[in-house]
Amino acid sequence: MDALIEKLKGQIIEQLNLAEVKPEEIKPDSPLFGEGLGLDSIDALELIVLLEKHYGIKIQDPKDGKTIFQSLRTMAEYIKSQGKS
Amino acid sequence: MKEIISYAHIKHNQVSVNGEVVFQSNSSLTLIEFLSEAYKNLGASYPKFHKMDAQCKLGFLCAEFALKGTNFLTENNLSKTAIVLSNCASSLETDRVHQHSIDDKSNYFPSPAVFVYTLPNITIGELAIKHKITGENAFFVSEQLDADLLVNYTETLFQGNTKAAIVGWVEVDGANFEAFIFLTENTENINKSSIFKPLNKTSVITIYNQTIWTH
Amino acid sequence: MSQRVYITGLGMISAIGNNVSESFLSLSQSKTGIGKINHLTTRYKDEFLAGEIKLSNADLVDLVKDNNPALNRNSYIAMLAAKEAVINSGIDTNDGLRTGVISSTTVAGMGKTELYYKELFEKDDHLDVLDTHDCGDSTERIADYLGNVDYVTTISTACSSAANAIMLGCRMIKHGQLDRVVVGGVDALSKFTFNGFNTLMILDREWCKPFDENRKGLNLGEAAAFLVIEGENALNLRKGKALAEVVGYANANDAYHQTASSPEGYGATLAITQALAMSGLAQSQIDYINMHGTGTPNNDLSESMATKAVFGNQVPKFSSTKAFTGHTLAAAASIEAVISVLSLQNSMIFPNLNFTTPIAEMNLIPETQLVNTPLNTILSNSFGFGGNCSSLIFKKA
Repeated sequence: MDALIEKLKGQIIEQLNLAEVKPEEIKPDSPLFGEGLGLDSIDALELIVLLEKHYGIKIQDPKDGKTIFQSLRTMAEYIKSQGKS
Repeated sequence: MKEIISYAHIKHNQVSVNGEVVFQSNSSLTLIEFLSEAYKNLGASYPKFHKMDAQCKLGFLCAEFALKGTNFLTENNLSKTAIVLSNCASSLETDRVHQHSIDDKSNYFPSPAVFVYTLPNITIGELAIKHKITGENAFFVSEQLDADLLVNYTETLFQGNTKAAIVGWVEVDGANFEAFIFLTENTENINKSSIFKPLNKTSVITIYNQTIWTH
Repeated sequence: MSQRVYITGLGMISAIGNNVSESFLSLSQSKTGIGKINHLTTRYKDEFLAGEIKLSNADLVDLVKDNNPALNRNSYIAMLAAKEAVINSGIDTNDGLRTGVISSTTVAGMGKTELYYKELFEKDDHLDVLDTHDCGDSTERIADYLGNVDYVTTISTACSSAANAIMLGCRMIKHGQLDRVVVGGVDALSKFTFNGFNTLMILDREWCKPFDENRKGLNLGEAAAFLVIEGENALNLRKGKALAEVVGYANANDAYHQTASSPEGYGATLAITQALAMSGLAQSQIDYINMHGTGTPNNDLSESMATKAVFGNQVPKFSSTKAFTGHTLAAAASIEAVISVLSLQNSMIFPNLNFTTPIAEMNLIPETQLVNTPLNTILSNSFGFGGNCSSLIFKKA
């Protein structure tokens, strides 16, 4: 799980163009949205693209992102639960 | 009194403010590299900058350089501040990126963050978001910088609710890019500075041609 | 005092008809134009519905009577709708008065360019396509087609484009720069648009349901719509007939997000309030609102909030006509301006199709059946990506 979280950090920074964010600044249990990284609705859609591109997971309803993308850990757990890590 | 109070011009990997080159980078840098250097030079911290497409970055920087050192944002009512931009290529540069991604059948991952920039007026939106400017805005597509159109339109806005405006040209087409933005106010205060020029076609053409580019 | 500006001619082509009278028939029979994709080649052909114009490119060539190979679908439909508006108004562009063409588009010639996109990197066979790619090209084609035009310009502000074209036309007349202007917008469907809107996950796979609690998104459409607007001096000179008057307009920026509307509908509230102020009409004097109402969760909630902010508990009768035409992007505001004039002329509110359940926290209920009622004033909203919000107010002439 930890390795997956580490991998996700790099992928998120790349996919979302977070040029001023260092991987260690994204904490596994901190909220991805709201304050902190300053992510918005387009970033949520980019995370859906990330899941499809790197893990072959397709999400049809953008509302599902709300629970999946709460934190790095929820994202990693979701990927595991799909058997795609 | 309608006056141009400040202006910035970016091309040939150089930034000029009120006619003077204030920043330049190696002419071999790509547009994106140059924009990144100019952003550092500006000393701003705005993480959203890195998410913008080239055209928005260029327009954003040009506006920031024009605004720097002025009281434009504090002295004007931002709900009565207009943004009027123009170019020839619309959003061609980012259109290409999006079109490439949808043409690639083996690697089909079109990006929402790219698609949102396939409209030229998103550059206006980025300026509005950064400074909470909620006045009127328009984006014109014309073959080249049309000083007549921009001045006439701004004059028209000044006859309504608008008290100040950010006006100009922001164009990116492949390696060719240019941004030229001036700030103008309809104000009681006259001749606050020698830089100020009356808002008319001649002024716009003069300031557009004023910079002596070093390369 | 600056002179009044009247609408004197209408022209439109969209999924609900190839001209104004066909469109009126569809509207008054509650017949949507949205259905399976027939003409556009896209990977989403069987996945999404669209408001396609029912004519092939070959059909359009026959109608336009110009087989210039460089023309594209965008230009064909723009030329047809603009010509219809000019004929409808009865103006003569050769009578010595100053005529302008102010058009708007977002994708311009993309629908054709994308067909040759890969090939263009390899050989020069279709370079003429690139000449017609730019946003300004279809406007120039309209001007050439109409003949003897003094002023041409093109606006591109996403889905409020045509509203801003109408505004600019009105202002140029009021400031004495032109006597009359053909104003409007055009966007033909393209793969580019479909793929892009799909990445934003705001396309409904079924018919869109504006203002419904269970709305899933929009249906894309294609259209061109143009109106002839004339200053009262020019109109009196030729003893022409006004169809409606443009009494209010305003534009504001939402300053919230590149694509999403602010939750409270700030920019929309500004635009509606300022348009009302210009018209001198009280809130209670608006008889009907033709909403932007795209059917996306974000727009309809935000627009509802703005509507409540301006009208309180006295919200006028309203509907979105997007479920007839689909969202026609740069053309949307001019399509809805034509529809608004048809409403004024015929004393009819065209229904908000596919609505069943009001948005929980809003409880706003649109007109879901054709309503026959005298109408004197109509507010029409159009909001675009980039935070660009425009409202127009039309009054019966």
